[in-house]
Amino acid sequence: MGSGSSPCASCKLLRRRCAKDCIFAPYFPPDDPHKFAIVHKVFGASNVSKMLQELPVHQRGDAVSSLVYEANARMRDPVYGCVGAISYLQNQVSQLQMQLAVAQAEILCIQMQPEPELPAIHPSMMDCDTKSLVLSGGNTGNFGDPMPQFLSYTSSNNNAIQDPLKRESLWT
Amino acid sequence: MTSTRCAVCKYFRRRCPPDCIFSPHFLNDNPQRFTCVHKIYGASNLGKLLQETPMQLRADTIESLYYEAKCRIQDPVYGCAGIIWSLHQQIQIAQSQLARARAEIAFLDANVVVAEPTPSPGEPVVQQNGVDYGLDDPYDFWFY
Repeated sequence: MGSGSSPCASCKLLRRRCAKDCIFAPYFPPDDPHKFAIVHKVFGASNVSKMLQELPVHQRGDAVSSLVYEANARMRDPVYGCVGAISYLQNQVSQLQMQLAVAQAEILCIQMQPEPELPAIHPSMMDCDTKSLVLSGGNTGNFGDPMPQFLSYTSSNNNAIQDPLKRESLWT
Repeated sequence: MTSTRCAVCKYFRRRCPPDCIFSPHFLNDNPQRFTCVHKIYGASNLGKLLQETPMQLRADTIESLYYEAKCRIQDPVYGCAGIIWSLHQQIQIAQSQLARARAEIAFLDANVVVAEPTPSPGEPVVQQNGVDYGLDDPYDFWFY
């Protein structure tokens, strides 16, 4: 980084002098040439430089990390890149939401069942944990949080970009 | 004289050859699509990527590049990676809530079992609390 020391990975790849204020130097150390190589292959050094220049210094590290991540995804899947991962993960979110809705409905069904009359059970037949659970009505038990919390989870938590992300709607 | 150049060749003010690699995907009527992709990836990288992609997959490739470029323009720091990280968090939350809901079901079912008449006072009550969280297989995600 800078004169007098080893050039950064980008200047090494681009075969140029690594200036003291090289914009790449803090983020592409010489001991990891692969990192800059894939970013350069996907985005191009001049585009990355422009992107970094438009960002405040304290955000450039995160920007480089996300660019490297996207470049890796594009190298793994040259056709779909990150969009493939987004599609897969959105699918998972939908499935989990469905399973959660089913579980919540099942809980409601169980709660709506009429409570059977408790037979006379001698306390000596129960251990302490069972006794406290039965006496508490089993609403929270050992779970800590009150029940309604998981009912507040909605699909509006998905703050993904508004464009449809399912592949078939993207491409038509 | 109407222009038959594609959006890319029009942008670069050059003649659009009949075998222009960009013309099927960047029509003249939507110049913003190319400027978006060009801003993030550059025309040269785009051309190389298209050349390395089989023809039947190029349309999908361009669409995904366009989508990622839009994400990056909207969020210059995190781009698409921000969406992926957000989805991972949502999955973790949903899995946790699902596990709790299923444990709650198991607990409620066990309570119903406990409340049923016991066989005889002499026999101990066996707590059948086999909690099956039923979590799906861990999701596989890409992190370098």
